[in-house]
Amino acid sequence: MTSFVSVENLSVRFHAAKPVHAVNGVSFDLAEGEVLGLLGESGSGKSVTLRALMRLHPDKVTRYGGAVRVDGQDVLGMAPAALESFRGKTCAMVFQDPILAFDPVYSLGRQITETILRHEPVDQATARARALELLERVQVPSARRRYDAYPHEVSGGMRQRAMIALALACRPKLLLADEPTTALDATVQIQVLLLLRELQKEMGMSVIFVTHDIGVATEISDRLAVMYGGRIVEQGPLAEVMRDPRHPYTRGLLASTVTGGMRGRRLEAIPGMPPDLTLLPPGCAFAPRCGLAGDDCRAAVPPLAATGRRQIACIRAEAPCAPA
Amino acid sequence: MFGYLLKRLAYTVPVTFAVTVVCFLLVHIAPGDPLNAVAPADAPAEVVEALKAAYGFDRPLPVQYAKWLGRAVNGDLGRSVASGRPVSGEVLSAVGNTLLLAVVGGAAGFLGGTLLGCLAGYFHKTRIDRLASALSVAGVSVPHYWLGLLLTIIFSAQLNWLPAMGAGPGGSRDWAWDLAHTRHLVLPAITLSVIPMGIITRTIRALVAELLSQEFVHALRAKGLRHGQVFAHVVKNAAPTALAVMGLQLGYLIGGSILVETVFAWPGTGFLLNTAIFQRDLPLLQGTILVLCLVFVALNLLVDLIQPIIDPRMRRN
Ligand SMILES: Nc1ncnc2c1ncn2[C@@H]1O[C@H](COP(=O)(O)OP(=O)(O)O)[C@@H](O)[C@H]1O
Ligand SMILES: [Mg+2]
Repeated sequence: MTSFVSVENLSVRFHAAKPVHAVNGVSFDLAEGEVLGLLGESGSGKSVTLRALMRLHPDKVTRYGGAVRVDGQDVLGMAPAALESFRGKTCAMVFQDPILAFDPVYSLGRQITETILRHEPVDQATARARALELLERVQVPSARRRYDAYPHEVSGGMRQRAMIALALACRPKLLLADEPTTALDATVQIQVLLLLRELQKEMGMSVIFVTHDIGVATEISDRLAVMYGGRIVEQGPLAEVMRDPRHPYTRGLLASTVTGGMRGRRLEAIPGMPPDLTLLPPGCAFAPRCGLAGDDCRAAVPPLAATGRRQIACIRAEAPCAPA
Repeated sequence: MFGYLLKRLAYTVPVTFAVTVVCFLLVHIAPGDPLNAVAPADAPAEVVEALKAAYGFDRPLPVQYAKWLGRAVNGDLGRSVASGRPVSGEVLSAVGNTLLLAVVGGAAGFLGGTLLGCLAGYFHKTRIDRLASALSVAGVSVPHYWLGLLLTIIFSAQLNWLPAMGAGPGGSRDWAWDLAHTRHLVLPAITLSVIPMGIITRTIRALVAELLSQEFVHALRAKGLRHGQVFAHVVKNAAPTALAVMGLQLGYLIGGSILVETVFAWPGTGFLLNTAIFQRDLPLLQGTILVLCLVFVALNLLVDLIQPIIDPRMRRN
């Protein structure tokens, strides 16, 4: 059986003065209706991976490797016209900062209507009515008035709700959410998270949810993939990874949050700096920050090896964590 | 929105007042005596006194200003010292001609500049961009009178396609929308369009290139919009700034067409100013500058009023 989303050995390189190796051989599968949490420090290549799933990076400077299949379609090989129909229809994105992601000179409602008109053979009035319904569905109060509001005229939470309405406008089968709650206040964060979870259940979408916040990741994911230096270092069912993290990086992440309470903790408790993506070491990218690292770790990149439903990219990760 | 409108309108009052004061004082600050042009240098003292009294130059400045302003408000800008005709009539016909030239030349420049700027911004850092940018730099750097003379030599003297002088056949000063007059407009309008074209190209190129790298453009692509549809969004975002720059440019064209008007003997305000300065015709100079300044103020007002219509972010109450 082939999965709904299948990413195979995806690599993304940006050609600049110094080539940036932002994503280096990422593989994962996603079933229909499943929620994958993509967790990692800032700069680990989460957003780049997510955007590659829509081939959204600027063509001129980006080189893709590997394969991305969504709903049976080969995203990296698609013709431009097919890609444009795929975006927004099969696969939609919720951006991190809605004040930047909305066009400032178009009203919120019009931007939703525009998406519907782009993908569906309906008239202006029908599209508008649908957009209004969507705004009501994402719990924007007095939706009729907000329809004509401009992005700068509403609150951050309201904007993100409208952004979610826009993403869901054509009932996508795959929703890509790039830290959708990071720009919001804590209380609004929870509301938006609950709303997303609810809509995901209701519509049966697959979701890839990027975050650097473990609390948020545990709230929404079925499965967790931990990224470091443009690679997945560990992935598996949420409960398993949380209970028994194997990769030293994952352990570091979890250890840094266990004492301080779950939500809102940034992943900064591991000493050292994230790797320079223009100059990755030949071995494990985490080795310079890892207490267990030896010469064999620095010699070659450890492969992502499967054990049961888990995959771990570490040659020192045999021993399961003792239950606390 | 309404509050903004009122505020913006109220703001023009002190500006207009300042403009009138400066225009009035200009004549009195300028070196030389306003009577030099009328009275011979060796005129007897009592003749000079009589003339001073006739023109009102013997009264205190504030009184002169008040009288001058009162007349100006009623459309009386005095009489030209040189021709003896009412200044207002001469200025009005010249302003009409200048506006015509500025609007046609400006429109050509804005259109060309918008096209080139969009191309350069869209194809940022490619050969197309470099070509468009080179054209824009050339446009800004080429001297008006040099280009005007060059065009005259090629299209009038050599090819004999277009007239080189005046605004109409037989030295006609009054514009008419017919082929004979329009032929006179071509060369000066092209000459005048070159600088705004260069400036607008540069402005729009920078705007478009900057906008294309913004997150909302990625978001527009992420929802499946086609290239053209995305670019329409970019253009709408660039419009308010581009329009403001165009408004300013149009102002400069109106005030700064003096060289072009002189080269092509175009009977506009530039030509009139030139004549007034060389003949020391102070009432004419004063009236022309006043009307030009008022046009400039009105233009700025217009741009500021249009701005919030096309940019929702400026509709603050
Ligand atoms: N268009 C681009 N050109 C060059 N480098 C980029 C580009 N987009 C992202 N990067 C780099 O790729 C790395 C990974 O970024 P990103 O995926 O955004 O990290 P995060 O995990 O925080 O989302 C960063 O070092 C970033 O500077
Ligand atoms: Mg990111």
